[in-house]
Amino acid sequence: MSGLGFVLARLARDRSALIGLVLILALVACAVFAPLLATHPEDVLELHPAERLKPPGPEHWLGTDRMGSDIYSRLLFGARITILIGLIAVGASLLVGVLAGLVAGYYHGWLSDLVMRVSDIFLAVPQVVLAIAIAQTLGPSLPNVILALSATYWPWFARVVYAETRALQKEVFVESTAALGASPWRLVVLHVLPNIASPIIVRASIGMGFTILTAAALGFLGLGPPPPTPEWGRTIAEAREFLPDAWWYAAAPGLAIFLTVMGFNLLGDGLRDVLDPRIRRSGGRHDA
Amino acid sequence: MRLLALVLRRLAWFVPTLVGLLAVTFVVSRVVPADPVALVAGDTATPAQVEALRRQLGLDRSLPVQFVTYVGGLLRGDMGTSLFTTRPIAEDLASRLPATIELTLVAMVVSVAVGIPLGVVSALWRNSVLDHVVRVVTVSGLAIASFWLGIMLQLLFAMRLGWAPLNGRLRGFPPQGVTGLFLIDAPLAGDWAAFGNALAHLALPAATLAFPALATLVRFTRAGVLDVMQSNFVLYERAMGLPPSVIVWKYILRSALTSTVTQIGLLFGILLAGAVVTETVFDWPGIGTYAVNSIIRSDYNGVMGFTVWAGAIFIVVNLVVDIALTFIDPRERVT
Repeated sequence: MSGLGFVLARLARDRSALIGLVLILALVACAVFAPLLATHPEDVLELHPAERLKPPGPEHWLGTDRMGSDIYSRLLFGARITILIGLIAVGASLLVGVLAGLVAGYYHGWLSDLVMRVSDIFLAVPQVVLAIAIAQTLGPSLPNVILALSATYWPWFARVVYAETRALQKEVFVESTAALGASPWRLVVLHVLPNIASPIIVRASIGMGFTILTAAALGFLGLGPPPPTPEWGRTIAEAREFLPDAWWYAAAPGLAIFLTVMGFNLLGDGLRDVLDPRIRRSGGRHDA
Repeated sequence: MRLLALVLRRLAWFVPTLVGLLAVTFVVSRVVPADPVALVAGDTATPAQVEALRRQLGLDRSLPVQFVTYVGGLLRGDMGTSLFTTRPIAEDLASRLPATIELTLVAMVVSVAVGIPLGVVSALWRNSVLDHVVRVVTVSGLAIASFWLGIMLQLLFAMRLGWAPLNGRLRGFPPQGVTGLFLIDAPLAGDWAAFGNALAHLALPAATLAFPALATLVRFTRAGVLDVMQSNFVLYERAMGLPPSVIVWKYILRSALTSTVTQIGLLFGILLAGAVVTETVFDWPGIGTYAVNSIIRSDYNGVMGFTVWAGAIFIVVNLVVDIALTFIDPRERVT
C-alpha cells in the first residue's frame, strides 16, 4: 500500500479523526460550491431592509441579518475567506518556520541561538496581542490579517523542526551520511526533512484550527476584512447589538467557527496517532 | 547549586528576550499609518502646533534614539504617558492590573480544580461513559472561539435568565482595600454584599476564560496518568500488592503531574491571551481591554506598556515553572 493510502486507511479506523476529516471536507465543499448551495447567493452584496432580522424559517434557513441578507448564504461565502486565511497563513508560517528550524537545528553556534531567541521573543507575547498590533498597524484588510497571522505563527513550526532536527543529528544514519561527505543541503533536504515531515503535518493541521480561531478574533475586534465581506468573526460582532432577540444572528457564525476548528483539531489528533506512534493522544491548544 | 545555575542561566536570557520583545513591539507600534500626533492635536490644530507637539512628545527624533529613550525611561519605571488618558502608562496599567489578576487567577483556580481531577478520573476509567463525555467537553473547549462563548453565556445567563450581570466588575463603590482584588478586599472590609456582587460579576467571564485552559489541562493530565499507569514501576507496585488508592494517589499522580506543571506555564499564556478578548466582551476593566483600546486608538505607549507587562509576566511564570519542576522531578536536576 502506498504511504498516503496507509495513512488514510489508518485514519478511517479512528472515529474522531474521521469526524474531523468529514467536517473539513464539508467546509471545503461549502466554500467551493457556495454559489450553488446558497439559497440567496446575491445576498452577499445586496440589501433587503424589509427582510431585516427575520428568524430562521423555510425561506431563510438561518434567519436574516441587520441588512436583511440571508445568513446561511453569507456563511457559505464566509467559508471561502476562512479557508483562504488558514491556508495562506499556515503555508507561509510553515515555509518560514521550517526553514528557520532547519537552519537553527543543523548549525550549532550564534546563528542557531539567534534564530531560536527571535522565535522565543515572538512566543513570549500572546499571539492574539501581537497579531492585533500588526493588523492594526497595517490597517484592516484580508492580506494584512494573513500577514499578521503568518508573522506570529511561524515560531511554532520553527520550534518543532528545531527539536526534531537536533534529535535526528544524533542518529547513526545522519552521522554516517555526513561522514560520507554529503553536503549540508543534501543531508537536510534528502535525509532530515522526510524524517521530520510527520510532526510538521500534525502541527499544520492544528495550526489551521488555531489560526482560524485567531483570525475570527481579529475579525470580531474589527481588524479583519472590511464589510461587506461575510467574515464570520465580524458577523458575530455585528450581531451583538441585536441580542437577545436575534439570537440566530450571533449563534450561527460561532457554530460555523466551532465546527471548522473542531474538524482541524480532530484531524490533527488523528494524524498524530497515525504518523507518530511514539506519542499518544495528548496536548492542548499550544502543544506541539 | 544546580538550581542556582539554572536560575542564573534563565535570568541571563530574561533581559535580552525582553529587550528583543520591546524592539519588535516598538517597531510595530511606531510604523502606524495614522499619525498619532495629528490624532492627539485634533482637527483644529495648525501644522505648526502639530510639529510643536511632535517635538514635545519626542517623536521627531530617529527611531533608534526613541527606542533608547524609551528603554532608559523603562529602567526608571517610566513607561511614558498615554496619548489619550494623558496619565502615565504605568499608573493606568497598575490601576487596571488587579482586575486582570483577579479574573485570571479565578479562571486558573477553576481550571486546575476541575481539570486535574477530571483528567485523572477519565484516565483511571478509560473508555467509560464519563471518559467519552469528558473527551467531548475537552475537544469543544479547544475549538470554541472564546469571544463567542462569552457572548452566548451573556445571552443565556444574563439576558434571558437574568442569573448573572451582563458585564462590568462591580455595581456600586469598590470595597476599601489594599490588594485591589475585590474578592479579598470585600471580606477584609466586612462588606459581604460587595463580595457577592463581585463574585456574580466574575462568574461568566471566569467561566469563558477557564474553558479552553481547562480543556488543555484535562488532556495533559489524562495523557500523563495513562502514560505512568503503563510504566514498569506501577506494574511492580501492583505485583507487590500495594492498594490501588496508594498507587494512584502516591505514585501515579506525582509522576504524572510533572507534565501538568509544565502546562500551567503554557496555561498562563492561554489565559493571558484569552483575557484580552474575554475582557473586551465583558467590558472588564483590566489590562486586556486597555491593550485593545490602545491598539485601536494608536496609543503606542499604551501598546508598549501592555507588551512589557504581558511579556515579563509570561517569562517570569515560565521561570517559576522551570524551578518548580526541579523540586517535583529529581531527574530535572541531573541534566
